[in-house]
Amino acid sequence: MSRRRNLGLVLGLSLLGVVVVIAVLAPILFKTGADELGQRFAPPSADHWLGTDAAGHDVLLRSLVATRLTLLMTVAATAIAVALGVLLGTSVWLMPRRLRELCLRAIDAMVAFPGLLLALVVAAVLGAGGSSAVIAIGVAGIPYFARLTGNLAAKVSQREFVSTARLLGVSPVRIAFRHLLPNMSEPLLVLSASTFAGTLTAISALSFVGLGVQSPSYDWGKLLNEALPSLLADRPFQLVGPAVLIVVTGLAAVLIGDGLAAAANPRAARTAAGGASTRRTSQGTPRDGYLVDVQELSIEYDGKQLVKGISFGIRQGEILGIVGESGSGKTLTAMALAQLLPDGLISNATRMTLGDLDLLGPVPPGLMAQTVGLVYQDPGSTFNPALRMGTQLTEVLRTHRRLGAQAARRRIIDALGTVRLSKPEQRMKQHPHELSGGMRQRAMIAAALATEPRLIIADEPTTALDVTVQAEILRELKRLNSEFGTSIMVISHDIGVVRALCHRVIVMYQGKAVEEIEAAHLTVASAQHSYTKALLEATPELTLENSHG
Amino acid sequence: MADDAPVIEVRDLEVSYGWGRSTTRVLHGITIDVAKGTTVAVVGESGSGKSTLAKTLVGAVRPSAGSVTIGGIDVTAARGARRTAMRRKVQMIPQDPYSSLDPRRTIGDALAEAVDPRRAKVTRHADEIVSWLETVRMPADTLHRYPHELSGGQRQRVAIARGLIVRPEVVIADEITSALDVSVQAEILRLIARLRVELGLTMVFISHNLAVVRQISDEVVVLYRGEVVEHGPADQVYDDPQHEYTRTLLNAVPGAPGFDIEPRRREVA
Repeated sequence: MSRRRNLGLVLGLSLLGVVVVIAVLAPILFKTGADELGQRFAPPSADHWLGTDAAGHDVLLRSLVATRLTLLMTVAATAIAVALGVLLGTSVWLMPRRLRELCLRAIDAMVAFPGLLLALVVAAVLGAGGSSAVIAIGVAGIPYFARLTGNLAAKVSQREFVSTARLLGVSPVRIAFRHLLPNMSEPLLVLSASTFAGTLTAISALSFVGLGVQSPSYDWGKLLNEALPSLLADRPFQLVGPAVLIVVTGLAAVLIGDGLAAAANPRAARTAAGGASTRRTSQGTPRDGYLVDVQELSIEYDGKQLVKGISFGIRQGEILGIVGESGSGKTLTAMALAQLLPDGLISNATRMTLGDLDLLGPVPPGLMAQTVGLVYQDPGSTFNPALRMGTQLTEVLRTHRRLGAQAARRRIIDALGTVRLSKPEQRMKQHPHELSGGMRQRAMIAAALATEPRLIIADEPTTALDVTVQAEILRELKRLNSEFGTSIMVISHDIGVVRALCHRVIVMYQGKAVEEIEAAHLTVASAQHSYTKALLEATPELTLENSHG
Repeated sequence: MADDAPVIEVRDLEVSYGWGRSTTRVLHGITIDVAKGTTVAVVGESGSGKSTLAKTLVGAVRPSAGSVTIGGIDVTAARGARRTAMRRKVQMIPQDPYSSLDPRRTIGDALAEAVDPRRAKVTRHADEIVSWLETVRMPADTLHRYPHELSGGQRQRVAIARGLIVRPEVVIADEITSALDVSVQAEILRLIARLRVELGLTMVFISHNLAVVRQISDEVVVLYRGEVVEHGPADQVYDDPQHEYTRTLLNAVPGAPGFDIEPRRREVA
């Protein structure tokens, strides 16, 4: 799988390999041949595959021989840009804040200045020639690279291990070498590869306009320069050699860069297999009295079972809690129920129904949106920060219920009142950041309620909230349940939360339901399974029994 | 239990962010003493300023007024070598064990850097590192492992070892269990409770969870919107809270005696 993904990298490396071999061997093998003079402007023939130039040199041999000089110049210029760029970009983050801001703005200004123009100025100052072209292009590449390095370093230097090292008294230079550079090496390598391609064309361009390599030396750009009169005189073949080599080398560098980027990013290597369940209709015998009936639900990823045959039901008007630690499969179970499993996960069950709706088969999204309401963990990231609350909250009603804008607005304002969010009309016009975390969570519950769903799935609805706000939201969920009789499925890692909120609780551990218990019996004394007991014992509690006063 | 002079003295501390009209007051009039060998828990919800207080204690945030002295040295006025020495006397154990260890360096490297920030050679300090790994109940071969090979709880143990290996006078623990599962949290809390007694640590333990800090603190400070609303011995704060906000906070913990979410007929908030 990953080998196929990295076809580009393999192709790029082999192309570059060929070019490097040419660079090493061609000057040794063909130097004399390339210097021999023959007939001028000869067309391609068996002796001269790409013809000859104005002085009677073999164009093919000269193109091959020029490979070494071109590559050396490109490598040198890339090295200057990368080395000094990385140095500048990293050291900026070790400076005091004011100086850093100044340097960052200076780099920004230099990036805005056209690189080739800067190179032309440098080349003009230093005089035309190969080494001045290298310096010119290298220097012109520094700001670009410094800025990218600066951005990368900014991200790494905000991580806690860097601030910890600083507090331990590690000097800034050591922090740069020990912590910053190793953690940005992959993206820097990728950037270097693409910089190489850019440098190649820039150096060739300088030689082409006559500011680079001077006679009698020649690189690909210089050969292009010499071929220009021939091109105008209808002899285009003289251009083919250097042009093809420039394109091939540039392509190799770009392919290597992209291949490295794909290899460095594990997500890019993953194939997206559809999250389809294999069976399409529910088989198991329905159990009486349950609104939601799930039998033998298992979920696997890449051959590994994450949820191992869990069965449960939710009664009309019941609050069912699923509690477990990270990796227990509690969220996957809920997502399978809402048909929202991420790509690549395969679910399987003998029965999964909600009322008369078969959740194993395809359910139209509109019907799903009206049947199941979802409340997520983080009210900060579920809303789009750029849109007003009203636009986002009415979306489900407008798309799936096909309500008009006014009707949807009224419905949501009612729902906001139901969850007791203050000033509902005003909230509709506000953006998410203007609301507190608790207010956003109330708004999300209101949106889930507005479609009058038969089931609300709340995945860690209070985990991101402060305890005092958590208590308010729990109170709200409990009230909605008792006033409207909505069934609720609550996922939480906090056994205290599910015990307070739910009627019945399923304890999950490593993909299995180890215990199903009435919430009132969720104590160390009445729990049956050892894991439930361990979980209860590990939960810090505030009880008067432990107190010394 | 304690010496006469407190190790940490915070006097009338004020911290603000921003300038001019956009100034936000984060901490106001904070005065706290921490005696040698005791643990003070700082509890508050988001926006209470508890993390800013931690950063001020380690010298990463400059106060706009007031003073912080640790072991008799003014944290904010210290400069140069004195400041480096000062910084090693105060160690912060960070919250997130997934970002506090460099993914490219072994556990041995991380601890060696704490022992010797200059050379950071593992071989030179292997014995000391292994003995500290054992103190936090980690096997000796952890030395050669990378952070991604360890679980969250194991990483947090390593982070604790890194904080203690410096033999600091003061340890600041900033929400060190909030990124962990409850069973792992219980392990880490037991570890801290043991180390506190064995090593006689002087500690400031910052948390948003009142239930977590009960077992491991001598005194509790409750922060609300940048001010200390309650400060007293742990038992007194839990059993006989004086301030209204402390009572609200205690009653909001699920399972607490005062916790109640049963529907009541009340007017719209």
